[in-house]
Amino acid sequence: MGSDTFVIAGEELESRLILGTGGVTNHAVLEEAIRESGTALVTVALRRIDPAAPGTLLDVLEKAGVRILPNTAGCYTAAEAVKLAHLAREAFATSWIKLEVIGDEDTLLPDAVELVSAAQTLVDDGFTVLPYTTDDPVLARRLADVGCAAVMPLGAPIGSGMGIRNPYNIALIREAVSVPVILDAGIGTASDAALAMELGCDGVLLASAVTRAERPGEMAAAMRHAVIAGRLAYRAGRIARRLHATASSPVEGMPTW
Amino acid sequence: MDLTVNGEHRTLSGPTSVAELVSELTHRQTGVAVAVNGEVVPRSTWAARALDPGDSVEILTAVQGG
Repeated sequence: MGSDTFVIAGEELESRLILGTGGVTNHAVLEEAIRESGTALVTVALRRIDPAAPGTLLDVLEKAGVRILPNTAGCYTAAEAVKLAHLAREAFATSWIKLEVIGDEDTLLPDAVELVSAAQTLVDDGFTVLPYTTDDPVLARRLADVGCAAVMPLGAPIGSGMGIRNPYNIALIREAVSVPVILDAGIGTASDAALAMELGCDGVLLASAVTRAERPGEMAAAMRHAVIAGRLAYRAGRIARRLHATASSPVEGMPTW
Repeated sequence: MDLTVNGEHRTLSGPTSVAELVSELTHRQTGVAVAVNGEVVPRSTWAARALDPGDSVEILTAVQGG
């Protein structure tokens, strides 16, 4: 088997697991989750500074040696998301942005129209755009067409832990675009992450499944193994599904009585 | 000089640059972004950018999310 590197916009990442920090209860837990997950890329949100905050999230991330992927969470329009992306680039000296433009606060599903508009603007402004999108293959293709460096379809709504509700669409998205496909949102447990990879996703982005697990460090380790296993299985080429059994032991040579 | 910082009214004793205001709120230089009246202020211009009365300043940093 040849080398199997994970590359986004020309940058190689050492892990196909991208860890979100949403829901983490304290910095010690985050440190453990990062270490156990083996991730090389960690998301953050951008909010008003709190002078009273004990230590900073950035100190933890710098110590862990991971790359930062800022997001535009909380934005409901393209204009808001573009503004926040520019602030993120200024803050973190990275042109990478996880683009989120949310359509409603109940489902937190992406607003497709605003998303494509924001993606186009940010690509033109020189950003490496990683859009959080629905599991619609046509929308994914449109995002790739405007120059996004990857597409990040949801498996299920953010934080729902419902897994991958439409695996066929995720497989179709893999066929529809040539940029990396990263399953983002909906992962509940390790088998969901493995399934994403078996469907051909290039990576998995998850937060709540680890940060809100009873033992985040242990779940982070489970996710690390699941992503590796799923990727290996995808590349290995699974057997076809059959309705009827196929004997694995030889029929020939059976004794007669 | 009265202005708004992160949505809250604030009175500053005298002429203040963006850099000085940031240093009052955090020891960090990296990982912080500033917008004044909705426009991003690049870090390289923080020291030279004087704040005016009535300005609305947003000072942002990384928090958990995503």
